[in-house]
Amino acid sequence: MNWRKWLLISIVVGYMGILIIAPLGAIVFGAFREGVPAMLEALQHPHVLRSFGLTILICLVVVAIHGIFGTLVAWVLVRHQFMGKALINRLLDLPFAMSPVIVGFTLIVLFGRNGVLKPLTEAMGWQIAFALPGMIWATLFVTLPFMIRELMPVLEAFGRKQEEAAATLGASGWQTFRLVTFPALRWAFLYGLGLTCARALGEFGAVLVISGGIQGRTETATVYIFRALDDRQYAGAYSAALLLGAISLVLVLVIDVFHRRSQKSIEQRT
Amino acid sequence: MTTQTIERTTPRLPWGRWSIRGAALTYLAVFLVLPLIVVVVDGLGAGVESITSVVSSPIARHAIWLTIWTGLVMALINAVMGLLTAFVLVRYEFPGKTLLNAVVDLPFAIPTLVTGVMLVILYGPQAAIGSWLDQHLGWKVIFAPSGIILALLFTSFPFVVRSVQPVLINLDRSSEEAAATLGAPAWQIFWRVTLPALMPALVSGTLLSFARAIGEFGAIVVVAGNIPLRSQTAAIYVYGEIESGSQRNASAMSLVMLAIALGTMTLVDWLSRRRQEVQP
Repeated sequence: MNWRKWLLISIVVGYMGILIIAPLGAIVFGAFREGVPAMLEALQHPHVLRSFGLTILICLVVVAIHGIFGTLVAWVLVRHQFMGKALINRLLDLPFAMSPVIVGFTLIVLFGRNGVLKPLTEAMGWQIAFALPGMIWATLFVTLPFMIRELMPVLEAFGRKQEEAAATLGASGWQTFRLVTFPALRWAFLYGLGLTCARALGEFGAVLVISGGIQGRTETATVYIFRALDDRQYAGAYSAALLLGAISLVLVLVIDVFHRRSQKSIEQRT
Repeated sequence: MTTQTIERTTPRLPWGRWSIRGAALTYLAVFLVLPLIVVVVDGLGAGVESITSVVSSPIARHAIWLTIWTGLVMALINAVMGLLTAFVLVRYEFPGKTLLNAVVDLPFAIPTLVTGVMLVILYGPQAAIGSWLDQHLGWKVIFAPSGIILALLFTSFPFVVRSVQPVLINLDRSSEEAAATLGAPAWQIFWRVTLPALMPALVSGTLLSFARAIGEFGAIVVVAGNIPLRSQTAAIYVYGEIESGSQRNASAMSLVMLAIALGTMTLVDWLSRRRQEVQP
């Protein structure tokens, strides 16, 4: 009996070791092999700094937009009754089935050189493809479900009673949301923001396609890593990949705390 | 006082409701439905014949086939190892279990491109392991289907584990105990009693990982390179066609990929709803 237990455990540990831990170790090794000074120097290259700056900027804008509108959508989908609600609910998983490359491609079809909407944006003087707005738009596509999917179950578990009580006491809609509903959503909201941000930091395919990857101008961190690998600038590519991976990992570990609090608040209410 | 209360308790002004709903639906239309419409309209705009002619070219056919078979191999390995991992994590107590459980989620936390870079460092031709495998076993990982499968296994590892695990935790063990009392050997109990109960979760987790694999790009593009007829998957084909300005090819292939991924997800949906009807 006991030998079977330990055999199965060693198979799982061995599999995860080879599949997950070994590659993680390899990137740490790869980045440090050239020495810490070389690594720091590679990371201080203007293109690297610019690309990480751009990634953080996109991440912040995307988090702000999804934070506001994602909350709105979750609210409407849970609290309102209307036709087509079930359909919308199922469409929400769409970004999951859509390759990021296809997402980038749709924006090229709309705003690219021969884009369908190109005459319009040109007349308005807007540059969307191969520029920041397109990159933000692409990231918004791929990160859409996270916020909504985190908030909906909490809103459902929270129920309407307290909101109705607040309304009876004379609170306006906004007051009810701000003072009653939002405090209950708080942890799920923060967790949704964190997940959105983590996904935005790592987005690659969609942004690569729509940005055109113009060196030092429309390169995000991932696009820079890809180009540096192609140019055989291994020190830069490995150091940047290690830094980006570390940032994502720390972010995910931090927001796990929010996740646990949110789960606890759901359990308390049901 | 009374009149005020009555006024306040009447439903909020309908325009407030409508504007909130309108804003929410507009946002969904622009950031969710629009890409789907563009892919379908653009793909079908050139006519069905145009799609079949693009997709039947040798390079495109190879890309689709490679995407499907590497996805299937990954899904199969993932199903077996994911099931085993979930089983070990739920049924056994051992030191380091919490840590192992946390490692399961790592692949979702790492950007897929970074995953690709990791695999290249580990198995690339300059790396010790990569060159050893190549010279002694003649096994190429990078720029080859093995690398694609490895990348897909990494990025989709959590799917099966995380869908089987909760079912296994909540599983009523009385049937297993009954079978054990009747003298059934452990493997038979697992095969006849435990596995059938886990099957729905196992199948949906496996299918989801397959649907996800169809569109995977970041991890594969670095590992597989962009070698037509050898290591070019559908997503990399689309990227290549966009870069070279052949939008017609890109849109035909996008439509095929979307059909496969959406078809798989609809199957998952259908299976789970059928299950709910069978067991109300």
